Amino acid sequence: MIKRFLAIIALLGAAAVLLPFVLKLPTEEALPGLASEYIENAPGELGAANLVTGIIVTYRGLDTLGEVAVLFAATAAVGLLLKRTGNEGGVSHWRASEILESGGGFLFPLIILYGVYIFLHGHLTPGGGFQGGVVIATGFLLLLLSGSVNSFNHTVMSLVESFSGFAYVAVALAGLIWAAGFLDPRFLPQGDFGRLFSAGAIPVIYSLIGLKVGAELIGILDAMRCKVRREGVTA
Amino acid sequence: MIIQIIVSIGALLVLIGLWGLLTRRNLIKMIIGFSIMDTGTHLIIVGLGYRKGATAPILDSSITPGTHFVDPIPSALVLTAIVIGLAVTALMLAYAVRLHSSRGSALIEDFKENTL
Repeated sequence: MIKRFLAIIALLGAAAVLLPFVLKLPTEEALPGLASEYIENAPGELGAANLVTGIIVTYRGLDTLGEVAVLFAATAAVGLLLKRTGNEGGVSHWRASEILESGGGFLFPLIILYGVYIFLHGHLTPGGGFQGGVVIATGFLLLLLSGSVNSFNHTVMSLVESFSGFAYVAVALAGLIWAAGFLDPRFLPQGDFGRLFSAGAIPVIYSLIGLKVGAELIGILDAMRCKVRREGVTA
Repeated sequence: MIIQIIVSIGALLVLIGLWGLLTRRNLIKMIIGFSIMDTGTHLIIVGLGYRKGATAPILDSSITPGTHFVDPIPSALVLTAIVIGLAVTALMLAYAVRLHSSRGSALIEDFKENTL
């Protein structure tokens, strides 16, 4: 009883915190200073048609580097918590239906292609490295569910993951040497606005982020799959 | 008007998630509550960047000079928040699985300090 009462008090407090957001939404059309600065200068400075990508990869690139690091830490922790104890393996307990099996095999390459498209065009259209990486990971989830693969090659996965993380920092450092600063993408030519090969190093950085996010999420899926199979859970 | 509704829904989702987090005893249900709260926060942050009559900050052939854009910064922040939310949810689920396999129970009261 007392617990429920305390919960209600906490909810009322949270509601009081949230109320100003609902009541005092910005109504004027003008954007705050920093945002209008970004919108005015970003197309000319970076050559990226998608301004959100320009902000994520360049102006707030350090944030994104930290985000990738947090994702890596979380993946490592999941892998540690669901660590394999040695006697797993053997045959999978469930067998996917015929439709799932052949459909999964058919859709997998299309999903990978779509994911690669999303992160390669991150500077032109809505999308980018994180979204593309997640789409790629869903392709691998489909393969796992359809039972057509039993395990992923861990060497390849950790190679892709470490290479993309390393290359991300290397590209950032290249910006420090040949352009204005850390994570500055302008050391590569800007190209024609709105083309695939434009916006300096932004597509390179976003592709590396896509590979890294994809590899990390596949690592999480793999850790959870091992756990399920070890406990002998049948679907 | 529509944006008031969206932000209100976001605030409501935060409250629902908080309620779930505080009153449920099953670890998995608490994590679901956390996820709902997460979604509500994203809706609120994106809603704060909305401007009336403005379009998405992506430049293409349909953009004329004088077009208004929504604030791109909340969109960028929400992208970060979604990815971190995903990672944290996966981590919490991994903890829940681990706790369940160590005690055979997913109820929070079975994990009091003196019973461990």
